[in-house]
Amino acid sequence: MKMKALLHVALVVLAFSGAYNYSASALAATDTPHAPEQDWSFDGMFGTYDRAALQRGMKVYQNVCSACHGMEHLRYRNLSALGYNENQVKNIAAQYMVTDGPNDEGEMFQRTAMPSDPFVSPYPNDNAAKYANNGAMPPDLSLIAKARHGGADYIYALLTGYSEDHHGVDVPEGKYYNEYFPGHVISMAPPLADDIVPYEDGTAQTVEQYAKDLGYYLTWAADPYMEDRKRIGLRVILFLLVFAGIMYAYKRQLWAKLH
Amino acid sequence: MGSGPRQKFDNPVVEWVDSRLPLFTLMQREYGAFPVPKNFNYFWNFGAIAGVMLVTMIVTGIVLAMQYTANTELAFDSVERIMRDVNFGWMLRYMHSNGASFFFVAVYIHIFRGMYYGSYKGPRELLWILGVVIFLLMMATAFIGYVLPWGQMSYWGATVITNLFSALPLVGEPIVTWLWGGFSVDNPTLNRFFALHYLLPFVIFAVVFLHVWALHITGSNNPEGIEPKDEQDTISFHPYYTIKDSVGLLVFLVIYCFFVFFAPDSLGHPDNYIPADPLVTPAHIVPEWYFLPFYAILRAITFEIGIPFTDIVFITAKLGGVIAMFGAIALWFVMPWLDSHPVRSARYRPLFRAFFILLVIDFVALGYIGSQAADAVLFGIPLSMLGLLCTAYYFAFFIVVLPVLSKKEKVKTLPNSIHDAVLAKNKTHS
Amino acid sequence: MAKTTTADHHKDGESRRDFLQLTAAAFGAVGVGTLAWPFVDSMNPAKDTLALSTTEVDLTPIQTGQAITVMWRGKPVFIRRRTEAEITEARGVDVSGLIDKQSDEERIERPEWLVVVGICTHLGCVPVGTKTGEAKGDFGGWFCPCHGSHYDTSGRIRKGPAPKNLAVPDYEFLSDTRIKIG
Repeated sequence: MKMKALLHVALVVLAFSGAYNYSASALAATDTPHAPEQDWSFDGMFGTYDRAALQRGMKVYQNVCSACHGMEHLRYRNLSALGYNENQVKNIAAQYMVTDGPNDEGEMFQRTAMPSDPFVSPYPNDNAAKYANNGAMPPDLSLIAKARHGGADYIYALLTGYSEDHHGVDVPEGKYYNEYFPGHVISMAPPLADDIVPYEDGTAQTVEQYAKDLGYYLTWAADPYMEDRKRIGLRVILFLLVFAGIMYAYKRQLWAKLH
Repeated sequence: MGSGPRQKFDNPVVEWVDSRLPLFTLMQREYGAFPVPKNFNYFWNFGAIAGVMLVTMIVTGIVLAMQYTANTELAFDSVERIMRDVNFGWMLRYMHSNGASFFFVAVYIHIFRGMYYGSYKGPRELLWILGVVIFLLMMATAFIGYVLPWGQMSYWGATVITNLFSALPLVGEPIVTWLWGGFSVDNPTLNRFFALHYLLPFVIFAVVFLHVWALHITGSNNPEGIEPKDEQDTISFHPYYTIKDSVGLLVFLVIYCFFVFFAPDSLGHPDNYIPADPLVTPAHIVPEWYFLPFYAILRAITFEIGIPFTDIVFITAKLGGVIAMFGAIALWFVMPWLDSHPVRSARYRPLFRAFFILLVIDFVALGYIGSQAADAVLFGIPLSMLGLLCTAYYFAFFIVVLPVLSKKEKVKTLPNSIHDAVLAKNKTHS
Repeated sequence: MAKTTTADHHKDGESRRDFLQLTAAAFGAVGVGTLAWPFVDSMNPAKDTLALSTTEVDLTPIQTGQAITVMWRGKPVFIRRRTEAEITEARGVDVSGLIDKQSDEERIERPEWLVVVGICTHLGCVPVGTKTGEAKGDFGGWFCPCHGSHYDTSGRIRKGPAPKNLAVPDYEFLSDTRIKIG
C-alpha cells in the first residue's frame, strides 16, 4: 500500500519534471543542439568543487571576461572560498577602483576596493555596456550557470563552439557563428585563444582548458553553497529514511493487533 | 457539542486550562478518540501532508519576508542576498520554491483521490467545494509569489496572465489597469503582490480550518465508498492514523528533500535567474508546472465564436481560452451534481473507473502540451490539435460522461460493511 | 517456544513497541530541533552585515587637537587626537571621585588617540564637541545637549544624568596611521 502511494508520488513528480525537461529540448527546436555533457568534479550527490580549477577560472575571468562582463552579485570577500587568505583577498580587491561618496565636500571620489565591495563592473550601467558593444548587452556572469539550460556544459560548449565554417547559416557583419548559441549567431567575438592567460601551476593553456576552468568558476559563482547543500542534504535524507523505517516498524507493530 | 459532561484531566495544569477553554477536550475528541474508517489506504495520507506543506510554506515564507524587498530596483538583488549572505538563506529559499511544487503534488493527489473514491458526493458536497476554493487560493498565491523574485519569467508570466483579463468585454481593460496599478506590470504591481502573497496563505489556513471542520461533521469517506455502520468499521484516529500518517509524511519528505538539496532548480526555469527586462521577451514563456494543464486548455481555444460568414464575433479566441481555463476548474465545483450515481467508489464502478483513468492521463498530457511551444509538433502531430483533443475529452468527461454514467452505469455488488471488506481482503492476502 | 506464555509474548511485544515509540519520539525531537536552527540562525546578522562589522580608519588627516566622527556598525565613533594638555588633564583626575570609575589608561591604546562610541549613555543622543568650535562642556570633552551630560577628555561622564562613560569599542592599530575598529 505504501509502495502504491510512493509510486504515485514519484510518478506525478517525474511526469512533470520529465515534461519540463522535455520542454528544454523544445527550446532547442530551432535546431541548436544540446550542449554535450562534460565531466565535472561537482557532478552527482557527492560532488565537490576543484579549488585549483576555480582559481584558474577566476584568473581567466579577470584577464579576459571582466573587460565586458560584470559579476556584481559576487563580492571580493567571497573569494576566500577559493582558498585565498584574508591578505590575498585584500590584494585582489585593491587592484580595482570603486566610486564612493559623497565626501564632506559633497563630491564623489575614487578609492581602492575593499573585500566587502561587490566586483567592480566594466561599465557604469547597462546603457554604457550596450553602447560599447554595438547594442548587444554582455550579460552579468554571476548567475549565468543557472540562467542557461545546460549550465557548465553550455558554458564549455559555447566557448569552444566557434567555427570558421558557418554551416550554411547567414552571419551578418560584426557577428559570429557559434554551434551552441541559440540561433547560431552570437555578438561576442571568440574570447579565448591558446596561451591568452598564463597558468602558474603548469596546467595546459588551451582554449578547452580555459573553457573548462571557466565552467567551474562560473558554476561556483552561481552556486557557492553547493558543497554545503549536498553535505547537509545527505544527512537530512539519511535521517529521514531511518526515521521513516522506525515509524514504519512502529506502525506495523501497532496495527498488527487489529487483525 | 452534545458529547456529555467534560471529563477532568489528571494533570493539574492541563485541567486548569481545559476547564476554562476546553482545548484539550477538543483535541481528544477530534483527533484522539475520533472514529475513522479502518480501511484507509495511503492515498488518505495526502490531506495531512498538504497541511504540513501549508505550514512549511508559511514558516519559510515569513523568514524569507524578513529579508526580501518588494521594489523593482531591489527585489532580484534581495533574493540573491538571501541566497548568498543570509545564514541558511539558500536552504530557506529552496525549501520555499520546492515547497510550493510539493504542496501542489500533495493537493493534486488528494483531489484525484477524492474524485476516484467519490468523496465529493453527498453529504460531503460542501467539504468538496471548500477544497476547490482552497485549490483556487493556492493557484492565486503561487502565481503571485512567483512574480516576487522579479526575474524574466516573473515579469512576463505576470504580464501574460494579467493581460488575459482584458479579454472580458467592456470591463476588461479597466480591470487590468486596476490590477496593475499602472499601465504595465511595474512597481505598484510588485508591491501589492507582496502584500497579497503574505495575506492569502492565512486565508487558505482559514478555509482549511472550515474544510477540516466540515470533514469532522460527516466523517471521512473510505476506499469502499460505503459509510461505517458500527464500531467494527472504525478505529480511533490516534494512535493508528497519527502514526500511519507520519510514515507517509516521512516518505514524502524524503522525496521533497531530494529536490531541495540535490535538484533545487529542476522544477523551475533558468530564465528566472535573469533580472526582469520589459524590453526583452523570453523565447518561451512557461508557467510553473502545476499550471501547465490549465495553460494548455487556455491555448487550445484558437477559434472564435460568432456568426459564420460575417464579421460578427461574440467570443474571441482569447476570451474563449479564458472561459475554458476557468471553466475547467469551475466544473469541479459542480461535480457532486454532474455525477449523481448512487455508488461512490470507483472500485465498484468499472466504467467510471476507466473513464477516470483516461482523465488522469489526459490531464498529464495537457501538462506536457502546456510546457511546449504553441507551434510544437510531436511525431508529426501538431500539439495545437492534440491540445484541443485533450481539452475536448476533459470537458466531455465532466459534462457528458458523468451525467450519462449516473443514469446508465450498472454496478458491482457492494460489500456489506467496511469490516467485511477488510476481512475479505485479509483472507485473500494470507 | 514451549516455555513462553502468551503473557510473556504480550510483554515482549509491548516492550518492543515501547522501544520503537521511544526511538520514534527521540528522532522526532532531534528532527524538529535540528530543523529549527536554520530558521533561527537566518535572523542572525547576515554575511554582508558581518563584513561591515569592522571599519578601518586612516588617521593621517587628523591634526593634534582635532577630532572626527566615523560610522561603525551604524553608530557614530569619535576619534580625537589629544593635545598634551588634554592627556595630562585626563590622567590627573582622581578616579575614585568619578561617576563611572575608570582611569584614562584603561580606556586607550595610545595616549595621543581617544576612540569612543559617540552615543550618550543616558538615552542615546549624539553628544557635541567633535567639530572645532562646538561646545565641549565643562570638562573639555563632549556635551550632550539632550539632558546636559558632560564628558571629559577621556570620554568619561563627569556631570549630568548619564550613568556610564562613553563606550570604548574594540580597536587595534594596524600601523601608526591606521586603526581597525571592531
